[in-house]
Amino acid sequence: MNEAPALRFGLPGLFVAVVLILAVAPFWAGRADMRLLMEAFSFLALAQMWNLLAGYTGLVSVGQQAYVGLGGYVFFGLAMFTGLHPLVAMPLAAVFAGLVAIPTGWVAFRLQGAYFAIGTWVIAEVFRLVAAQFTALGGGSGISLPVAIVKSIGSSTAGREMAMYYVAFAIALVATLGVWALLRSRWGLALTAIRDSEPAAESLGVRTRRTKFLIYVLTAGMTGLAGAFIFLQKLRISPEAAFSVNEWTAFVIFIVVIGGIGTIEGPIIGVVIFFALRGLTADWGTWYLMMMGAIAIAVMLVDKRGVWGALHARGVPSVFATTRSLRLETGTTLPAASPRVEPAE
Amino acid sequence: MVWINALLQGVLLGGLYALFAAGLSLMFGVMRFVNIAHGDFIVVAAYLMMTSVLIAGVNPFVGIGLVVVIMAAAGYLGQRFLLNRVLGKDILPPILVTFGLSIILQNALLEIFSADSRRVQTGWLETASISLNDVVALGLLPILMFVAALAVLALLQWIFYHTALGRLLRATSDDAEIVPLMGGNNAHIFALATMLASGVVAVAGVLLAMKTNFDPTAGPARLLFAFEAVIIGGLGNIWGTLAGGIVLGVAQTIGAQIDTGYQVLAGHLAFLAVLVLRPRGLFPKTIG
Repeated sequence: MNEAPALRFGLPGLFVAVVLILAVAPFWAGRADMRLLMEAFSFLALAQMWNLLAGYTGLVSVGQQAYVGLGGYVFFGLAMFTGLHPLVAMPLAAVFAGLVAIPTGWVAFRLQGAYFAIGTWVIAEVFRLVAAQFTALGGGSGISLPVAIVKSIGSSTAGREMAMYYVAFAIALVATLGVWALLRSRWGLALTAIRDSEPAAESLGVRTRRTKFLIYVLTAGMTGLAGAFIFLQKLRISPEAAFSVNEWTAFVIFIVVIGGIGTIEGPIIGVVIFFALRGLTADWGTWYLMMMGAIAIAVMLVDKRGVWGALHARGVPSVFATTRSLRLETGTTLPAASPRVEPAE
Repeated sequence: MVWINALLQGVLLGGLYALFAAGLSLMFGVMRFVNIAHGDFIVVAAYLMMTSVLIAGVNPFVGIGLVVVIMAAAGYLGQRFLLNRVLGKDILPPILVTFGLSIILQNALLEIFSADSRRVQTGWLETASISLNDVVALGLLPILMFVAALAVLALLQWIFYHTALGRLLRATSDDAEIVPLMGGNNAHIFALATMLASGVVAVAGVLLAMKTNFDPTAGPARLLFAFEAVIIGGLGNIWGTLAGGIVLGVAQTIGAQIDTGYQVLAGHLAFLAVLVLRPRGLFPKTIG
């Protein structure tokens, strides 16, 4: 392999260092920086989930805003009407989003490929229109989170922000390392096989449909968790904001594609690029959005693998190793292939 | 009686939805390609119509011709030089490129025309109607639009089955890999398909502009209506698409009759019901 040794250990080292620096951010970062980091963590979690879905199982969904909004709304509902502590309501909202994804996925899976993509969008619109009917949650105009609930997270502003920061940090970390752990597991082998060739995976006994469905439900739950946090941070929810296709799906897709789809590193790089560009060009208004669209198109035309994919192809080693390689000790020989039939599962 | 009225209005609305759907269906049929920016192209055509009539003072009928020519030319060039480059087995690149186009078009329209909603005035046609009785009255404009939609769909059908271009498109739809062996040029054929689809999109956009208010963000909803009509009707069948459009239109007007807030939701639910009960649509494939 053409891996540079310095990079081989340098990059994971860099990653760990950055994680450690971010872990103590409340002690060095200002309030504005903390807010930006929290937002970036939310987008990283969304991007990892979309990447897991589209990059590995080939389920290109443009309707993930359904679960961002659902997570947000269920969180608001639980926090406001059941008196549950926000930190309990958030994981419950995630579980709820995952449960809703089961019947939803059953319907959406009747469509394939690009039609699946638009079908998921229709479903997200149904969620948005239904959310607008819940007058207890503000109907079409939305509702703010009561101050008492916000204060239950922490009595002082600083303490509250620190608690929220660690929630966001944990969500991003769990999303990233969770995908990594998943990909290194038996499921991961199936997922990588599906990514590389679905018919081949199927012929080797991977239950592709079941695997894809499981991933769909799993990503819905985690997307719902990120959604719950996003609207806790925003303190206000409305159908338009909660189920925004541009915000929660278009931007997330751009992040994944620019960074590099089908890799764990890609979404991380994509989030960094996205927030850097946004910081530099946010004053441009609509031109900034047009630029994002143009960059995504350019990536597809120039190198579909995105920034990380292009770097990796030029010898930069993975930070999150997920590939399996067969190492042979010197002097050993491979046993001759024997026609062995594995017992059926 | 109000229900019969809603039903008839829905049928007329369905003609427009069938036009939305025809372009989407045509491109999918020939290239297995779904254009996420389809609705935005319809809205672009609506703005072109508004601009040519309002600003340039062009005669409306000349305006329609102008919009069709511009959209068709843009469709050919866009397919030939941009979209052809991302077609392939991988479904992500075309989805992403058209998603990017959608964002670019919406924001460009916002930049040029502002967020105000617009409409193309049609003068006396706007209020002219044919009363069947006290409750049921059909607007002349919706009737004319329905007839126009039927005419365009019939023209498409004729092109598909009675012209050399149609033969080429059907052959490509059946097996795009074999067509080049017979001397066909896929890049050119794909561009022709998009040209034809864009012409239909142009007519749809013009009708949209005359029928209702539109703004730069009106595209995605139109894409979803088009998609729903295609799936309800069943893939690859022009008259099925018309039926799909009508089912969607009727569901929407019936929903609106129950509560104005339910119009779009009722359409979506009808689509989901068809998807659950008859995943291949009401009128499964008869042509390629």
